[in-house]
Amino acid sequence: MSGAPLLAAFRQSLGEAWAGGAGALLPLGFLGGTAVLVPLGIGTDAATLKAVGPGIIWVALALASLVTLERIFQADAEDGTLDLWLQAGAPVSALAAAKTLAHWLSAGLPLALFSPVLALMFQAQASPALLVNAGLYALGSLAFFFWGGVGAALSATVRRGGLLISLIALPLYVPTAVFGALAMSGGPGSTGAPLFLAASTLFACAVAPYAMSAALRLAAD
Amino acid sequence: MAAFARAPEPAIPAPMNSEAPSLLSPLLSGAGLGMIRGERVLFRSVSLSVRPGEALLLRGSNGAGKTTLLRILAGLTRAETGEVTRAAPHHWVGHREGLKPMETPRAHLKLWAEAWGARTGTDPVLTRMGLTRPADVAGRDLSAGQRRRTALARLLLEDRPVWLLDEPYTALDAEGRALIDALIAEHRAKGGAVIAALHGEAGFPGSTDVTL
Repeated sequence: MSGAPLLAAFRQSLGEAWAGGAGALLPLGFLGGTAVLVPLGIGTDAATLKAVGPGIIWVALALASLVTLERIFQADAEDGTLDLWLQAGAPVSALAAAKTLAHWLSAGLPLALFSPVLALMFQAQASPALLVNAGLYALGSLAFFFWGGVGAALSATVRRGGLLISLIALPLYVPTAVFGALAMSGGPGSTGAPLFLAASTLFACAVAPYAMSAALRLAAD
Repeated sequence: MAAFARAPEPAIPAPMNSEAPSLLSPLLSGAGLGMIRGERVLFRSVSLSVRPGEALLLRGSNGAGKTTLLRILAGLTRAETGEVTRAAPHHWVGHREGLKPMETPRAHLKLWAEAWGARTGTDPVLTRMGLTRPADVAGRDLSAGQRRRTALARLLLEDRPVWLLDEPYTALDAEGRALIDALIAEHRAKGGAVIAALHGEAGFPGSTDVTL
């Protein structure tokens, strides 16, 4: 097997994300909107905002990842591209992973890169620690996108499957959200938390492609 | 040789070109295929095979299961009963073209040539399919016929012995139909085989019908 189909799938997904306007900016807007609205909702007390900031960003990241996931496999199932990919001669799990990775690069990574700006809005001190946090957000969002991809694959043939994706993916987001928030809390147990976060992301990247593959075959059946 | 390759006495005899029984082994064959959709038996005990140069037409009314049978032969859908043997790679042109809304015919062909590792240039294929003019028009702005031609153009990107076509004439004008007929004749002359789901009276010369 050569990597050509995977590369083509990756490139197609990357192109799709930016085709027809900046669809990939939607999660970014979602994340920015959260950061603006939360201080309005819980008050502008600096100490409170500083305390809840990292956690709010994790929640916003998790939910923002769900905003665009609905279309990544559904569009393929609708226009017949899925049928072609299933016959492309490459393992479907690898194709699904390539597509999810492309989607994360266009919609997930920008969120993580944007997170230091949000942290500043939550009264965090400007420091290199914010960049470390951005790395943790990037790591965590990768897990969000892979688990969300499983939900997206399972609901590929379901109209308005967004709710289904949320129901399937949100429980799987829990370990990532727990370890991610713990890693930034600075409280007891936070020293090992980044490693647990990395482990949960690796687990997602290792397991989710096979689940996506099975779900996509079922969607085409 | 061919006699041994045949499935063991299917309920519906495997279609053969009656005038000149081919001695070549089948490129694709299905034996005892049956499918259930919901609580209804769509078809049962369907056996068929194509050898180099042959064309097989799946006939039947709407909802008879032509598309489903074609998907089973392509390996997209799992048959409830029976066995499909694929001895050669195939091309698939389904009811849905596989063209993205923002994808141009040129980009579409380039993508699949790349994915398949095909070395055929896209320009000769576009010219052959009469897609030179709309080559850079986004999929959503193409007419149904142009989208159809783009999907069929994939057949020319890479030589694959078996073509599985679902209603290939849909949305095509008279010139487009003639073009497809010519492509199929050429493909069969080169030793390729075609299985197509077709509605209506149309057919290819020397083809065999399988009625569902």
